[in-house]
Amino acid sequence: MNWGSASEFFAMGGYGLYVWGSFGVTAAALLIETLLARKRVADTRRALRRELAADRNDQD
Amino acid sequence: MSQRFINWFKFASPASFYPLAGKAWPWFAALATAFCAAGLWISFFVAPTDFQQGEGYRIIFIHVPASWMSMFIYCVMAFWAAIGITFNTRLSGMMSSALAPTGALFAFISLWTGALWGKPMWGAWWVWDARLTSELILFFLYIGYIALTAAIDDPRRADKAGAIVALVGVVNVPIIYFSVKWWNTLHQGASVSLTKAPTMATTMLWGMLLMALAFWMYSIAIALYRVRAIILERERHTTWVAELPEMQR
Amino acid sequence: MSAFFAIVRRDLLLAARRKSEVFTALFFFMIVVSLFPLGIGPETALLRRIAPGVLWVAALLAAMLSLNRLFAADHADGTLEQMALSPTPLALLVAGKTLAHWLTAGLPLVLLAPVLGIQFDLSARSLGILMLSLLLGTPILSLIGAIGAALTLGLRGGGVLLSLLVLPLYIPALIFGAGAVEADMAGLGVGGHLSLLGALLALGVFFAPWAATAALRIALE
Repeated sequence: MNWGSASEFFAMGGYGLYVWGSFGVTAAALLIETLLARKRVADTRRALRRELAADRNDQD
Repeated sequence: MSQRFINWFKFASPASFYPLAGKAWPWFAALATAFCAAGLWISFFVAPTDFQQGEGYRIIFIHVPASWMSMFIYCVMAFWAAIGITFNTRLSGMMSSALAPTGALFAFISLWTGALWGKPMWGAWWVWDARLTSELILFFLYIGYIALTAAIDDPRRADKAGAIVALVGVVNVPIIYFSVKWWNTLHQGASVSLTKAPTMATTMLWGMLLMALAFWMYSIAIALYRVRAIILERERHTTWVAELPEMQR
Repeated sequence: MSAFFAIVRRDLLLAARRKSEVFTALFFFMIVVSLFPLGIGPETALLRRIAPGVLWVAALLAAMLSLNRLFAADHADGTLEQMALSPTPLALLVAGKTLAHWLTAGLPLVLLAPVLGIQFDLSARSLGILMLSLLLGTPILSLIGAIGAALTLGLRGGGVLLSLLVLPLYIPALIFGAGAVEADMAGLGVGGHLSLLGALLALGVFFAPWAATAALRIALE
């Protein structure tokens, strides 16, 4: 084990800003990408469902 | 032999790939999470402090895998582009455009972490090191691909034009890398390299490999997820989309 | 092969009727190069250091200016579709148009570059090597540019898009081209740089018309 305490872990031997800046931005970027992809699928589905419902109404 | 060919092309139809991708992506996402947990454990708790660079070197556990992935994804894009051009399959173009944003993201992450590593180690946010420069150019190539495919309204034309860009790019990537390296040695650039600096202990290699696997699985999962949205957008007027269970409500 | 020369002649004739386009690119080249000393200062040693890079980057930009007109006029009046349907392989015609583009946009830059190099106090020897590197390098710019021009044919904002696609691919030519002059000024041999530039050119001549043709066929569909 490398770390004596939590604060030591977050300080990263003085490199905290750089290390957490890297890992944090990476995590945030991947998270945002996932959310955007989810939104894209949801939006497409919603639009298609509306389109199909409109088609069905036309046929009725 | 012919049997195998028929099977492959069956999955090349968007109608059969859509449910397959829907079943597959959660598995890849789960694998990504598992590899990521193991990789992070090694990078923070198992790998010892580097005697030269202190704790700052831990950035390589995402920097190097992200660079690998950004290059690898470009090659995969070019692979799908080649398949799309030779066999004229619709799905390959969709796969390329589903992969491009993820590849660009990894190139960006690689640049970002490279800058954050460079500041404490070289004393500058940006150094014209051969690897970083090549990564920047790779990022530009991704942006070019994305901008071109976004500017073309007809998706089939966008796919084909994108395929040519990806193929021209993949031929040029080694040339660019070689020329940047040549340029760098001529100008006596930075001699410290992020990948060479610490003696590569096996634990470090394991950490990087696990993180690379995590990014790899993540890329597959997100590409499969995104390709589903692309398939729906493109195939919106087909009967199989209208008959999908999620369209019935 | 006669079709190849016919198309080169035709494009040169067309360019001769619209001389202003050729001269606009040349003046652009001159102005960009002259801006650098104004931005950096007139210190001769510094100017001599940056001259190869500045001249090469300005040449890249100037050669790119006319690229989006490479196929646009023929596309607008339907000539391009006739070419695609003609019995002559389209790649040959594309190669002819690329050569014509180099003769009107690349070669004038090569001839003008030594005059501008004098502004940067380059020696006669360096000027010769600069011309030689541009002579080998500017055809690469036209060849790669033809692919980009074919891909962005008829698109909104095609010009900016074209530069986004093409400039990263120009980097090797820039590195070896400007590097040759710098190496010579540093007293090193230029053989390596020039032969690599020649290799790039050979590669481009072989592959680029083919890729540009594929891109044109997509645009014409």
